[in-house]
Amino acid sequence: MAIPFSYSLRNLWTRRLTTVLTASGMALVVFVFAATLMLAEGLRKTLVETGSYDNVVIIRKSSNSEVQSGVDRAQASIIESQPEVARGSDGRLLLAKELVVLINIPKRESNKPANVVIRGIAPASLLLRPQVRLSEGRMPRPGSAEVIAGKSIARRFKGGGIGETLRFGMRDWTVVGIFDAGTTGFSSEIWGDVDQLMQAFRRPVYSSVSFKLQDVTAFDQFKQRVEGDPRLTVEAKRETRYYEDQSEAMAKFLRIMGITLTVIFSLGAVIGAMITMYAAVANRVVEIGTLRALGFQKMSILAAFVMESLLLGLLGGVVGLFGASFMQLITISTMNWQTFSELAFSFTLTLDILWKSLLFSVGMGFVGGVLPAFRAARMNIVEALRAS
Amino acid sequence: MFFLKLIIRNAFRHKLRSTLTVVGIAIAIIAFGLLSTLVGLWYHGVEASSASRLVTRNAISLVFPLPLSYKDRIRQVPGVKTVSYGNWFGGIYIDEKHFFANEAMEPKSFLELYPEFILTPEQREAFIRDRKGCIVGKRLADTYGWKIGDLITLRGTIFPGQWEFVLRGIYRGAEKGTEERALFFHWDYLNETLKKTAPRRADQVGFYMIDVERPELAAEVSQAVDAIFKNSLAETLTETEKAFQLGFVAMTEAILVAIQIVSYVVIVIIMVVAANTMAMTARERIAEYATMKTLGFGGWHIAGIVFGESLVIALSGGLLGVALTFPAAQWIQVELAQFFPAFTIAPHTIALDLLAALVVGVAAGIFPTWRGATIGIAEGLRRIG
Amino acid sequence: MGMGNGNPPIVEIVNLSKSYRRGSQTIPVLEDITFDIADGEFLALMGPSGSGKSTLLNLIAGIDKADEGTIRVGGVDITSLSDKELAAWRAANVGFIFQFYNLMPVLTAFENVELPLLLTGLSRSERREHVALALQVVGLSDRVDHYPAQLSGGQQQRVAIARAVVSDPAILVADEPTGDLDRVSAGEILQLMDRLVREFGKTIIMVTHDPRAAEKARIIRHLEKGILTDIDGQPASPVAGS
Repeated sequence: MAIPFSYSLRNLWTRRLTTVLTASGMALVVFVFAATLMLAEGLRKTLVETGSYDNVVIIRKSSNSEVQSGVDRAQASIIESQPEVARGSDGRLLLAKELVVLINIPKRESNKPANVVIRGIAPASLLLRPQVRLSEGRMPRPGSAEVIAGKSIARRFKGGGIGETLRFGMRDWTVVGIFDAGTTGFSSEIWGDVDQLMQAFRRPVYSSVSFKLQDVTAFDQFKQRVEGDPRLTVEAKRETRYYEDQSEAMAKFLRIMGITLTVIFSLGAVIGAMITMYAAVANRVVEIGTLRALGFQKMSILAAFVMESLLLGLLGGVVGLFGASFMQLITISTMNWQTFSELAFSFTLTLDILWKSLLFSVGMGFVGGVLPAFRAARMNIVEALRAS
Repeated sequence: MFFLKLIIRNAFRHKLRSTLTVVGIAIAIIAFGLLSTLVGLWYHGVEASSASRLVTRNAISLVFPLPLSYKDRIRQVPGVKTVSYGNWFGGIYIDEKHFFANEAMEPKSFLELYPEFILTPEQREAFIRDRKGCIVGKRLADTYGWKIGDLITLRGTIFPGQWEFVLRGIYRGAEKGTEERALFFHWDYLNETLKKTAPRRADQVGFYMIDVERPELAAEVSQAVDAIFKNSLAETLTETEKAFQLGFVAMTEAILVAIQIVSYVVIVIIMVVAANTMAMTARERIAEYATMKTLGFGGWHIAGIVFGESLVIALSGGLLGVALTFPAAQWIQVELAQFFPAFTIAPHTIALDLLAALVVGVAAGIFPTWRGATIGIAEGLRRIG
Repeated sequence: MGMGNGNPPIVEIVNLSKSYRRGSQTIPVLEDITFDIADGEFLALMGPSGSGKSTLLNLIAGIDKADEGTIRVGGVDITSLSDKELAAWRAANVGFIFQFYNLMPVLTAFENVELPLLLTGLSRSERREHVALALQVVGLSDRVDHYPAQLSGGQQQRVAIARAVVSDPAILVADEPTGDLDRVSAGEILQLMDRLVREFGKTIIMVTHDPRAAEKARIIRHLEKGILTDIDGQPASPVAGS
């Protein structure tokens, strides 16, 4: 015969203060657990959405990122002539030869400078990235000192807003438009005409060549041929893969940090739950003896106490997740130390994180409650009844 | 004395519960101490850098070089003692996971500018003489078991190709904070190679390092240098090495802030756990407190006993935590050597640890202390039996 | 209103009333009680559960507050004292004996007895003397370093009595002192209390259910529903006796 569920529930209610304290300890741990997962997920989402699976990025071999890369005009035109490059509805190649450099501009709030990616774009650049759309103003006129800024830049950097000017390469550049690229990394970039920027920065070579594949499955054969071509010293990556590699170090750091913190913190919370449950058992010795005398099995006692602890964990989990869900309002912006450029991403809550966090909280409750529950179940009836 | 005895015996009355609480607090204190140390490491580069050395780089950003010809013009600025120059090389040893700093430098002036890199005179000579030579820090050499004369190959990311260097010297840091996980080689070697493979990129310098005659001249000299190249093709930005390093730290500030917040969250978590322990303990002892009150003890006595117990438990956890922080830091230093320079616990971290433990004890004790001090005797006694 | 032994009263209770609040209800516990207790008396308060006898004891001992009426103990109106004054007064004038002994489990027999003396200005060696003497009176000189858990119920109660008398108060209050003891131990405790009255001139006020305990007392007062009655359940006469 099982002890009714309400017994466990009411016992938690009776010891309200202890229940609240224990559950809040667990809630904080779940909060940290969920927040780190959300942060990693936010970073992943930003980078995955930045790239498209059917786009290819070509950079100089071993250069790791567009910023370090250089692809000269001759090499670029060889790539342009490859059969895998798709054409748009107007028959033009869906291929962009781009320049990517970092410029140092101060933030609006702190006046501290940060490295921002400035991308010299070609007409096809926008077609390659359908996630980018102009939300305000207009596109820069070719041949003029005009740029457009990602919405994250416009908001946070001096001179990034529409109508404002940025100074670099001995010229003043007017921001004529703001583009919205959702949560992607492009939101943290400034775009301008590639030829104008190459002139200003005195860079005779492109940084990268990006294009859309005519046939998504043709990537491997393209990669093999291009990387084997003696005239070229480049490597080709799918755009999704390229952006994933960009933040490998950051993602790894967040992952290790998150796991370590969660393990340490959950030790604390499990200890808290254990203290609470041991006390719950100690305070109710007579009660347990009575239940046993009434004919409840050891298993029922065990189950009732484990249930109480699981409920405690679940309570903490729900509260912690509730708090963590507000973290979605926060955007983290930091330097990606693989590329030295500014990267903004938000905490992102997914269904996967939701159930993982709840499972984690219930797991903490279980680990904390199982030993005390065994103590309760193993109690000698006569001695338990005699205890005062 | 009597009360101290009573407090200590009370604190360890429930052996299991007290042990669990003390262990919990110790874990939190270790985590707090290690996280504080990690935050400190962020500023490690800043602290190790000098306020009298200046760094001149391209005003647009670090990725843009400066012409080599600037060297002589900088040298003519009054107050400049030594000028050295180099490039961030960004080479990769084996693969991306084996990261360490590597830079191309003009060896003679570089070693002059950085007296904290200590080499024996023979090794110093050997390094300066060998165009393909390099020097590495002691900790880096230990990590890979390198010996003098070994061949080290880096794969270039900024400068393509496989680059081979001959190890000519292993330097030690003069101070604890000196970076011992870096590799330096001849700038000339880089430049000569570039002249052949990528002439457009030759004779370009990533940054200049300037030593001024007196630290007070730093601001004046940096303004003078930037003024020379104002409105040229490559405008410069000159700042002290400290400010330069701080700029890097500022760019990753968000992560730094997150770690800091998290290190306080762990203290809050354990505060809640300890508060729970104390609340339970005080509840169980209400009758004892009431008995003491009947004997004529006042609220303050009871308060002292409860509060003292909370402090004893918290500080035991704190001391245990501090004691375990050292082996934990040692373990990190050995196991994760490639990520951190020197993972050493600073004295102020210990102080912070103990302060945190104290705060935990105080916070955990407040409610039970108040309860114990204000409980009505008749009510308290009625809880018995 | 002299009582049994003809001594002047040490406790004078006038028009004492007390009620408790349970939720929105007010439950009267003691109603308009007036009586005296003579110095050197051994008084047993009897009555069914909830009759208010423990409340009356607590009021006399100064650990609960009356709603109305006055209690004078040794000439001092304790109903007019502040909490702080009351605590100091208790420490000097009243010794407590509880049903469950209420010893501090983390203190030895010696330290438990020493506890009340910490509130006095006695030196360490003076305290030691007093404690030794008190333990000798209760016959536990060989158990000084034992913790309560290492003592039998009777022995624990004797430690509690030693603690009650160590500061030499005039009055001892005992709430069911034999309630948790077997017959033999209970007999010993009552014997000891009797000795304290006889040899040391203490006044003892004891609440009990146990008729054998009441027999040892020289006066028995009955309480029923907050009103003092005589043995037959009739309202008490102004002068009661055994």
